[in-house]
Amino acid sequence: MSQNQGILVVGAGIAGIQASLDLADRGLKVYLLEKSPSIGGRMAQLDKTFPTMDCSMCILAPKMIECYRHPNITLLTYSEVQEVKGSAGNFTVKILKKPRFIDEEKCTGCGICAQNCPVEVPNEFDMGLGIRKAIYVPLPQAVPLVYTIDEENCLKCGLCEKVCGAEAVNLDQEPEEIELKVGAIIVATGFDIFDARRISEYGYGRYQNVITSLELERLLSASGPTGGHLIRPSDGKVPKTIAFIQCVGSRSQRGELPYCSSVCCAYATKEGMLIKEHNPESKIYILYIDLRVFGKGFQEFVNRAKTEYGVEYIKGHPGKIEENPKTGDLVIRYENVVDGKVKEITVDLVVLCPALVPRRDNERLAEILKVELDEYTFFKAKDPLFEPLNTNLSGVFMCGYCQGPKDIPESVAQASGAAAKAAEEIALTSSRGGVGNGSK
Amino acid sequence: MGANDEVRIGVFICHCGINIGGIVNVPKVVEYAKKLPDVVYAEDNLYTCSSVGISKIKEGIKEHNLNRVIVASCTPRTHEPLFRAACEEAGVNKYLFEMANIRDQCSWAHMHEPEKATEKAKDLVRMAVAKARKLKPQEEPEIDVTPSALVIGGGISGMTAALCLANQGFEVHIVEKEPELGGMLRHLHKLYPTMQDASERLNQVVNAVKSNKRIKVLTSTVVKQVKGFIGNFRVTVEKGKSKTLNLEIGTIVVATGAANFEPIGMYGYKQFDNVITQFQLEQLLKTRQLERPQRVVMIQCVGAREEKGRTYCSRICCMTAIKNATLIKELFPEAEIYILFRDLQTYGKEYETCYLDARSKFIQFIKYVQERPPEVTSGPSGKLVVKIYDALLNSEIEIPSDLVVLSTPLIPHEDTKELSQILKVSLGPHGFFFEAHVKLRPIDFATDGIYVCGTAHSPKDTAESVSQAFGVASRAAIPMAVKRLRTEAITAVVDENLCSGCGTCVKLCPYGAIEKDEKGVARITQVVCKGCGVCAASCPENAIEMCHFTKEQVTAQALAALGRPFA
Repeated sequence: MSQNQGILVVGAGIAGIQASLDLADRGLKVYLLEKSPSIGGRMAQLDKTFPTMDCSMCILAPKMIECYRHPNITLLTYSEVQEVKGSAGNFTVKILKKPRFIDEEKCTGCGICAQNCPVEVPNEFDMGLGIRKAIYVPLPQAVPLVYTIDEENCLKCGLCEKVCGAEAVNLDQEPEEIELKVGAIIVATGFDIFDARRISEYGYGRYQNVITSLELERLLSASGPTGGHLIRPSDGKVPKTIAFIQCVGSRSQRGELPYCSSVCCAYATKEGMLIKEHNPESKIYILYIDLRVFGKGFQEFVNRAKTEYGVEYIKGHPGKIEENPKTGDLVIRYENVVDGKVKEITVDLVVLCPALVPRRDNERLAEILKVELDEYTFFKAKDPLFEPLNTNLSGVFMCGYCQGPKDIPESVAQASGAAAKAAEEIALTSSRGGVGNGSK
Repeated sequence: MGANDEVRIGVFICHCGINIGGIVNVPKVVEYAKKLPDVVYAEDNLYTCSSVGISKIKEGIKEHNLNRVIVASCTPRTHEPLFRAACEEAGVNKYLFEMANIRDQCSWAHMHEPEKATEKAKDLVRMAVAKARKLKPQEEPEIDVTPSALVIGGGISGMTAALCLANQGFEVHIVEKEPELGGMLRHLHKLYPTMQDASERLNQVVNAVKSNKRIKVLTSTVVKQVKGFIGNFRVTVEKGKSKTLNLEIGTIVVATGAANFEPIGMYGYKQFDNVITQFQLEQLLKTRQLERPQRVVMIQCVGAREEKGRTYCSRICCMTAIKNATLIKELFPEAEIYILFRDLQTYGKEYETCYLDARSKFIQFIKYVQERPPEVTSGPSGKLVVKIYDALLNSEIEIPSDLVVLSTPLIPHEDTKELSQILKVSLGPHGFFFEAHVKLRPIDFATDGIYVCGTAHSPKDTAESVSQAFGVASRAAIPMAVKRLRTEAITAVVDENLCSGCGTCVKLCPYGAIEKDEKGVARITQVVCKGCGVCAASCPENAIEMCHFTKEQVTAQALAALGRPFA
């Protein structure tokens, strides 16, 4: 097989992983690029998944390892796309591999370096709730299990270098430029989280006990900063009453995001049930505008949350949340849409479900790839109905949340779809007589 | 490394972070394991499934000359393939690997009793060792894959999948039960959110399918029988009433679509002339036969999201109602339109905008609650009257109307069950085809070589169906692209001397893998057998043995559970 038959997959969350595995399993060469030090993406941050309550990491980890082990997949972690030239069937891509200051071949992932590192910084993987060292792996099941020195926080004290038995630390490591020839490109960059501080009336960032749903996932996760014990930030107490607020920044008619993020009603339901499993005596409220549980088995999932778990759904969008400064408890004022009355509830913990938004660096990537974005900076489909996986540029495909809101099964199905489109492109290129012919 | 050499067992015990290690005293279990018969090595890992853990297994095999490997960790459902592969890469037949589930069945189940959990983990490891001592290497037969796919259903999903498979270089047969291709889209007027004419693009796709040299289309044709297995399906189809054809097929795509629910006896449907379904409205719009209405009321969730029965949300109805309401407004700007909904499902990045547009065109949205559904009655002047409790106003309002449109869910086609039996694949609780894993294998079936896409899987719109169709075009292509596959080694084996030929197993085998041979005894087609063990469990003569779960192996494990010394 010649090198041009390779495919570059940008982003190694569940969508990028599935697209890569489909392509590699059929014998095509894949370069799976990820900007952070480990593959896994958002799904790796989740505790469990709706509506099956599968442990997220337990079903994801085997796929991550499969990518690592697959003879047809080359992982390019901690890397970014710098430049793309050429056209369908014949792209030349420049990749910048950022320095980890660790020799990937030598590091055994033993973690002695991190034990000795004196610098503690908030762990991004735990949404800043836990701490990590300046030399770190983002998650225990990181793939590849190779440490990274975060240049910004490293004191260059050299302790890690001294304790590393494998002699893997290299503080002089330089960025590396890699050039690849690929026939097709798949974009699978996922999503970012809306900054909930922008909805100032909910007090996120001011009130300690107002957290976001992804922070809650990390608090519920056994590998999270509290070892899976749900405690509230202000006093470390176990919260007894918890309210979820839907549509924080989404479905907004006042300048935030007008669209629906598609997954929040279902994941809040899941998180509510998980809290009840942790602490059966807790009381859960979910405040919503429309309950959107349109996926396969979701309505039944909500029915179970109501009847078996006693989760209370309230149709109402809060106007304001106020903190009782003495107790840290929160008073939520909302209009109950069903009876039109303005009501108040007091809870121990508020969980905001913020809009899921396009990755902030989509604009840069789109410019490099010369593909179009939509009005929100999601990647734009050439034809949203019949070619939902094609960008406007031939040979560049997309899948998952980077194209617009969708859940894991939809992302996985699209990932296989993008793999089919890329394989189709490779087949067409070779039937045209190889690289570059007729694809201009 | 042969299995008949001296047995040398290595045991790798996983902390799974704190999932196991936070409850079970893992180092104690390691010490215990080291003392068990034939165990020559034991160690603990923070995550045995991490790349370091996998390297540890491989190093352990080399260093200690292991010929049996046990991992005590999570569930074989997710992790066995990984550990087996590690064994294989280090030269140990993967069937000489055994797994003890000390997480799901131990640390998670006994979270509040760490000492007892530790004892149970020891028991589970001891049982695994007892079995591992008796394990034998197994071989997985290799089979060739016919580079030809069958797509059942010639709607937009089936045709999209077929075209993509053909473009990848494979031969495709499309079987469509109707006289022509097109499926549901033939009946639709315009498609949201682009408001494109359904027939416009459909015709292009139909023409592309018909003119593609790799695609063979069989209309007015149904699948009658499917024999064989992945790579080697022998499919019998019936064209018209008499003509049957046999096809040699590598992989099968199910794209049979869905039907519209007819709300007989609900909201005056079939009782009053002007109560129609959303699907009927779509026809009227398509054929330009809709008469100028003064006031239209659309009722959502008719026969969907019910308390019992059709509990599911049909996903497409809110957007279909909004689309058709907008189209009526364009045709008849003075018409008043009300949409009575429970929860508006305008999800994703585009649909909310469609809803806001509809509101700006003065289409009225009124929320109703499940407990107080609308009522449709006949009014004094022959008009219909829709009574609805408006929760927001806390009062019942009456809307005189000359057209009531009921949004009903997509339901499985009547012949779905029959097809599922022919294919030996499962259906979900509502009769839609049921995928292998809801999260990570959404378009595969549990049966190898068969895939599903579009509304046969669950209600979804055109863009979502098309996405899945491209997805199956990858899944179904993979076995054909690799050309040769390895199949299951854990299969049933019949002892011909014990078999009485009663035929119990033949009837019970869910995969059709057993038939009686010329001598009248059961014969198992190994590549079809999935190793489920139903035959072995029900054989009155005890004539069927399961490879890798032999009576000797299982008995050793059971005796170990009771604390008996190893034989």
